[in-house]
Amino acid sequence: MDKAQLAVIGGGPGGYVAAFKAADLGLDVALIDPEAHPGGVCLYRGCIPSKSLLHISKLLYEAKEAEHWGIQFAEPEIDLDKLRSWKDEVVAKMTQGLGQLVRARKLTYVQGRARFVDPHTLQIDQADGRQGSLQFEHAILATGSRPAVPALFDQPSDRIMDSTGAVALHDIPPSMLVVGGGIIGMELGQVYAALGTQVSVVEMLPGLIPPADRDLVKPLHNTAAERFDEIMLNTQVTALAETDDGLAVQLQNSDGQSFSKTYAKILLAVGRVPNSEDLGLEHTVVGLDGRGYVQVDDQLRTAEPSIFAIGDLVGAALAHTAAHQGSLAAEVVAGHEKQVFAPHAIPNVVYTDPEIAWCGLTEEEAKEQDRSVEVVRFPWSASGRASTQGANDGLTKLLIDPQTDRILGVGIAGSGAGELIAEGVLAVEMAALAADIQHSIHPHPTLSETLMEAAESHYGQSTHLYAPKRR
Amino acid sequence: MSLNHIMPVKFALPDLGENIESGDVIRILVAVGDRLAEDQTVIELETDKAVIEVPSSVDGTVTEILVQQGDTIAVGQPILEVEAGEAPAVEETPPAVEEAPPAPVPAEEPAPTPIPPASVVEEAPSVPTPISTDGPVPAAPSTRRLAREIGVDIAQVQGTGPGGRISIDDVKAHSKKLHAARGAAPAVAVPLPDFSQWGAVERQPMTKVREITAERLAQAWATIPQVTQFDKADITSLEKWRAEYGKKAETAGGKLTPTAILIKVLGIALKVFPQFNASIDIAQREVVYKRYFHIGIAVDTPHGLLVPVVRDVDQKNIIELAVELSALAQKTRERKIGPADMQGGSMTISNVGTMGGTAFTPIVNLPEVAILGVARSQVEPAYIDGQFQPRTFLPLSLSYDHRLIDGADGARFLRWVCTALEDPFIALLEG
Ligand SMILES: Cc1cc2nc3c(=O)[nH]c(=O)nc-3n(C[C@H](O)[C@H](O)[C@H](O)COP(=O)(O)OP(=O)(O)OC[C@H]3O[C@@H](n4cnc5c(N)ncnc54)[C@H](O)[C@@H]3O)c2cc1C
Repeated sequence: MDKAQLAVIGGGPGGYVAAFKAADLGLDVALIDPEAHPGGVCLYRGCIPSKSLLHISKLLYEAKEAEHWGIQFAEPEIDLDKLRSWKDEVVAKMTQGLGQLVRARKLTYVQGRARFVDPHTLQIDQADGRQGSLQFEHAILATGSRPAVPALFDQPSDRIMDSTGAVALHDIPPSMLVVGGGIIGMELGQVYAALGTQVSVVEMLPGLIPPADRDLVKPLHNTAAERFDEIMLNTQVTALAETDDGLAVQLQNSDGQSFSKTYAKILLAVGRVPNSEDLGLEHTVVGLDGRGYVQVDDQLRTAEPSIFAIGDLVGAALAHTAAHQGSLAAEVVAGHEKQVFAPHAIPNVVYTDPEIAWCGLTEEEAKEQDRSVEVVRFPWSASGRASTQGANDGLTKLLIDPQTDRILGVGIAGSGAGELIAEGVLAVEMAALAADIQHSIHPHPTLSETLMEAAESHYGQSTHLYAPKRR
Repeated sequence: MSLNHIMPVKFALPDLGENIESGDVIRILVAVGDRLAEDQTVIELETDKAVIEVPSSVDGTVTEILVQQGDTIAVGQPILEVEAGEAPAVEETPPAVEEAPPAPVPAEEPAPTPIPPASVVEEAPSVPTPISTDGPVPAAPSTRRLAREIGVDIAQVQGTGPGGRISIDDVKAHSKKLHAARGAAPAVAVPLPDFSQWGAVERQPMTKVREITAERLAQAWATIPQVTQFDKADITSLEKWRAEYGKKAETAGGKLTPTAILIKVLGIALKVFPQFNASIDIAQREVVYKRYFHIGIAVDTPHGLLVPVVRDVDQKNIIELAVELSALAQKTRERKIGPADMQGGSMTISNVGTMGGTAFTPIVNLPEVAILGVARSQVEPAYIDGQFQPRTFLPLSLSYDHRLIDGADGARFLRWVCTALEDPFIALLEG
C-alpha cells in the first residue's frame, strides 16, 4: 500500500494550495483529483473561464459605447468556436502550469476519486481503471462544491443549464432566463447578453447580489436594466414545461400574481452544494452540518483528529478563501499548531460591468450588529479618472469606527473595483486609520484616489467633493 | 534578582514557557566589556515556536560569552558571565517584575534598572483598557500570528499605536510581562531533611504527568477558597433501571456506568445553575459564563491521573455518552489523548466508587469552579412509610470555589443532582 504523510483530496484552489504549501514545508504529500492536472472548479469551470468570457463581454460593450464618443464600429461578428477555444486555451495553459508545479515540487499526483476506508486509509478509483489505496497520517479534504439543482429543475433537458454548461458555451441562445440574481447568475447573464442573447433574470429576494450593500448594487442594477430584457425581483419560478420552441416558465411574484413566459434556455444559478457524499465519511467521525458542509474548527480540523477540511466543502464559496484555508491547514499539519484561520477581511468581487467589491464590515452587517459606524462615500462623478473612462456612476465608501477612525469595511462599485478592493483588504487587516489612507499618496489620475478622497472627507472636506457641512 | 556583586555570575537560558526546551542562537547582541542592564536583550533565540529575544536577568559587565551564533542551547545552559558592577548588592529580593510604564527601555540605556520594591510583585499585569469596545483586534496579520505563536492572547494586549493599534513590540512587551509575573510565583520548595539518616532511600524523577499534577493542584489549592459539601442520592430505582438497560448500552459498545448517567445529569444541572459553568477572571474582575457543556472525567491511569473532557454532553443521550466514555477512558489509559482533549471542561467528575470510601474532598480543577466527587454506593436502611427499608445510596461530595459560589447555592446544586438521580423526571422538567 502506498503511504504519504499528507493526502490532499481534491485539486481545486483549496487543495492544490494546501498540497504545495505542505510540500514546501517538507511533508511528503499525495494530491488526488479526477482531472489530469489540478485546478478544480475555479480553473476548469468557474473563476477562470467566466472571467475570460467577461473580459470579452466588457470589450463588446465598450466598443458599442464608443459611439457616444465619436467612434463607430461595425456590429461584431462572433466566431463562437474560436471564442470557445481561446477560453479553453486559457484554462489549459493554467492547469498545465499547475501540473508542472506538481512535478517541480515532486508531489505524488494521483488522478482519480478517493474515499475513506478508515481514518488513515483511502481507497482510490484511479482514472486508469486501477484501484489504489493510500495510507496517510493526515488528510485535507478539499472536494469543493457543485451547482444546486432544486427538484423543479431536475429534469433531463438541453435547455436547462448550470454554470458549468454556461461556461462551456455550446451556443448563443436567442433568449435565456437566469434563475438567481447572485454573483454567478449576474456574471454569466452579462456574458450571454453581450453575445446577443435576450437575457432576463428572476430573483426571489428583493434585490440583486443579496449580500452586498444596496448602494453598491445600484450601478450594476441600472446597467443590467438597460442590457437585460427584464429583471424580476421578489419572484419565483413555480412551474416549468418544455415545449417545441423553448421552456414555458410559470413565475409568481410576492403579490401572488402568476404569469408565464417562454425562453430558449434557462441558466440555473441558485447556489452551490458541498461535495460531501460518497467520501466514505461514515468510516470516520467527520461531522456534517444540516446543509452537508463539513464541520471544522478555526484550524480547519474536523472531528476526526487525522482529517482537516477546507474550501467550498466547509462553506468558503470563494477561491481565495479556499486557498488561504488550504495554506493554514497545511501549516497546522506541518506542526504550526498555534495558527488559526481568522481573517478580518475577505474580499468579495462581482466581476460584472460595472464591478462590485467589498471587504470587512458591510453597512448591512453594522446595522444587524447594532454597531455605530461612520460611513463616508465618494461618488465617482467627482473622480477625474472615472470621467476619462465614462465610469461616473461608480462609488467608493469606507466604514469607519467613530471612536478610533479605524477602517472597518470598504465597498466599491465601478470599473476595476475588484483590483481596487485589495487596498481596502490591506487597510482592514492592518487596522489602518482613515488618516493612514488619507496621507498615503495615491497616483493621479487613478480610481484609487477615490479611496484617498473618501478617507479625506472623513476629516472634513475632500479636495474634489465639497459637501455642505453635515450636522 | 539575587546576584553576587563581587564574584562573576553566569546568566543561563531561563525557562521561556510554552514548553520550549532549547533553541538556536541566531544573534548575539552583547560583547565582552559591555555594560549589561537587567532586561536588556542578550541574544535572539530561534525556537520551533518563534524567534524570542532573551532578556538578561542580571546586570553588570560582560566578562565572557559562552555561546556562539548557530549553537543550539538548552534551558539552563549558561550564556554569559557577568561581573556585577556598582549595582547595589541585594540579598533575597523577589524575582523582577516588569516596571509599570509599558514603554520598552531602549537597549542602549546604560542606567541600571532599579530593583523593584517588594510590593511591585503583588501588582498584577496592568489590566488593558480597550480602546475600541468591539470588532476585530486592531493588529496586523503578522502581529496576530506572532501572538498566537508565542501563546499571547492578543485581545489582552494594550496597543500603543494610533487608534490602539497593537504592534509586534506591544506583543513582546506583554509576553515579557507575563513571563515576569509567572516567575514571581515560583513553586514553593520546602527544605527537605536528609532522609538517608533514617534509612535507605531512592530518588526518582517525577513523570511529566506527576509534575503537572503537582503544579496544578498546588495552584488550585493556593488560589481557590474551597468548600466541600456532602449529600447522598437514593439510587435504588436508578440501579434497577441501570440493570435493565445496561444491555442496550453494551450492544452500542459502551457501559452504562453511574458516571455516564452523572455526566448527563450534571450537564442539565449546569443549565439550571449557570454559575457552576463559569470561570473567574480575577484580573478583569469578570466572571466568564460558558455556553457549552463539557464534563471532565478524572481517569486513573498507570501514568497518573488524567482528566479527558466529554464535549457537548447536553446534545448527547446517555447511551451515546456511555459509548463515548468507554472509548475515551480506554484512549486515556493508553495515553492516546492530547492536551487539547483535556481542556475546556465546564466541571469535573471524580468517581472513586469502584475503590471505595464513604466521602472525600476533591480539589477543584482550575479554571473550573466546581468538582463532583463520587464515592461507593451502599445499601442502608431508610425510614419510609413508617418502616425501615433497604435502599441504595450514592454518596456525593461537591467542592466548589467559594469566591463565586455561595454555600446555599452549593447545597441547592448538590441536592438538585441527588433529586435528579432519584427522580429523573425532575431533570427533564427543568433542564
Ligand atoms: C461560474 C463560477 C465562477 C466563479 N468565480 C469565482 C471568482 O471569480 N472568484 C472566486 O473567488 N471564486 C469564484 N468561484 C468559486 C470558486 O470556483 C470556488 O470557491 C473554488 O473553486 C473552491 O475551491 P475548492 O478547492 O474548495 O474546491 P473546487 O474548486 O470545487 O475543487 C474541488 C476538486 O475536488 C475534486 N473532487 C471531488 N470529489 C473528489 C474525490 N472523491 N476524490 C478526489 N477529488 C475529488 C473535484 O473534482 C474538484 O476538482 C466561481 C464558481 C463558479 C461556479
